[in-house]
Amino acid sequence: MVILLIGFSSAVALVLYAMRQNIMLFHTPSQVVAGEVQGNKLFRVGGLVVTGSVVKGNDGLTTEFDLTDMGRSIRVRYTGLLPDLFREGQGIVAQGLLNEKGVFVAQEVLAKHDENYMPPEVAASLKKQGVLLPYPHETD
Amino acid sequence: MWNYLRKLSSLKYYYEWSGKWVPWLTGFTVVLMIVGFYWGLFVAPADYQQGESYRIIFVHVPAAWMSMFVYVVMAVAGFIALVWRTKVSEIVVSECAVIGAMFTALALITGMLWGKPTWGTYWQWDARLTSELILLFLYLGIIAIHSAIEDSRVAARVASILAVTGVINIPIIHYSVTWWSSLHQPNMQLLSKSPSVHPSMLYPLLVMAAAFQVYFFGLLFIRMRNEILYRERLTNWVKKLLARN
Repeated sequence: MVILLIGFSSAVALVLYAMRQNIMLFHTPSQVVAGEVQGNKLFRVGGLVVTGSVVKGNDGLTTEFDLTDMGRSIRVRYTGLLPDLFREGQGIVAQGLLNEKGVFVAQEVLAKHDENYMPPEVAASLKKQGVLLPYPHETD
Repeated sequence: MWNYLRKLSSLKYYYEWSGKWVPWLTGFTVVLMIVGFYWGLFVAPADYQQGESYRIIFVHVPAAWMSMFVYVVMAVAGFIALVWRTKVSEIVVSECAVIGAMFTALALITGMLWGKPTWGTYWQWDARLTSELILLFLYLGIIAIHSAIEDSRVAARVASILAVTGVINIPIIHYSVTWWSSLHQPNMQLLSKSPSVHPSMLYPLLVMAAAFQVYFFGLLFIRMRNEILYRERLTNWVKKLLARN
C-alpha cells in the first residue's frame, strides 16, 4: 500500500517535472525577445498592457499595444473583439505568432484578473494613497 | 476516544447517531444558505474591476473548496477502510465520491460561466482548470468502480486504493496557480493581515463556505443512512425498524 503510494506519487512528480514547460500556459515577453520561443508554432505570451501604448486601427477592430513583463516588451497586434477586462495596465494572455518584423500577431486575447476583490470606493481611496496602480482610462 | 470510534463503526449505532444530526444540519444549511445568498447577491458591493459578474464567486469558491475538502475526507476514510476494514468508512468513500463529483462539476461549470465574461473564454488548458478536471475524473472513476464491481466489500477495497493514491492531486490543484503561469488568478490570501478580499465581500463568502460545509455533512449523513438501510436490509434491526414505521 505504502509502496504503491510512493510509486504513484513519484511517477506523478516525474511527469510534472518533465512537462514543466508545457504546463506553463504562457511565455513572457522577455523570453520571446531573447528568442527562446522558436519555430512557426502558435504560442501564448502573457504580460501587462503598457499604459499609453494602445492604438486602435481605422477598421475599428484592430488593436495594437505593447506587452511587458517589466523587463522587456513586445508589440502585439490583434483583430477582433477584446474581453471586457482588457485595459491598459491589465494582465493579458495572447495566443498567436511572431511576424518577420517581430510583432506578435495574436489570434486570441484573454484577460487575466488578480485575487483582489474590493468595492470601487475602496479601490479609489487606495489609489489616492498610491497603493493601488490606477487604470489610466479611469483617470482620464 | 477509541471506544467512541469503535462504537461509530457499527452500522446500527452509526445509523442512530447520525439520525440525531440530520435535522440540525438541514436547518443550519437552510439558514446559512439564505443568509449567504442574500448577503452575497444583494448586500455585498460590486467589484471595482469586474462589476457584478464577480458575484458568482459566492458559489464558485465554496464549491471549489468543497471539491478538495470532500476528496480529503474520502481519502482518509479510504485509508481507514484499507487498514481497519470498517464498513462505515467504506460507505463514506462511496457516498463522498458522488457528493464530491457534484461539487467539482459545480466549481467547473460556475468557473466556465465566470471565465467567459472576464477572461474571454470558457476553457483553457490551464494548470488549475486541468487539475480540477482530473479531480472530477477521479471522482467519476470511484463511482464507476462501485457500480462495476458487484461485491461491495471488494469494490470498496479497489475504490479506497484509488481514493488514497489520487490524493496527490489535491496539493497540485492548490499550488497549480503558484507553480505554473496560468490564466486563473492566484489563491486568495485569507489569513494574511490584509486579506485580498475586502471584508464586505469576505464575510458573505465565509458564510457561504460554512453553508456548503454543513450541507456536505447533512447530505453525507442522509446518503449514508440510505446506503446502510439498503446493505443491512436483511438484518433484524432494519426489519424491526421498517416494521415500526
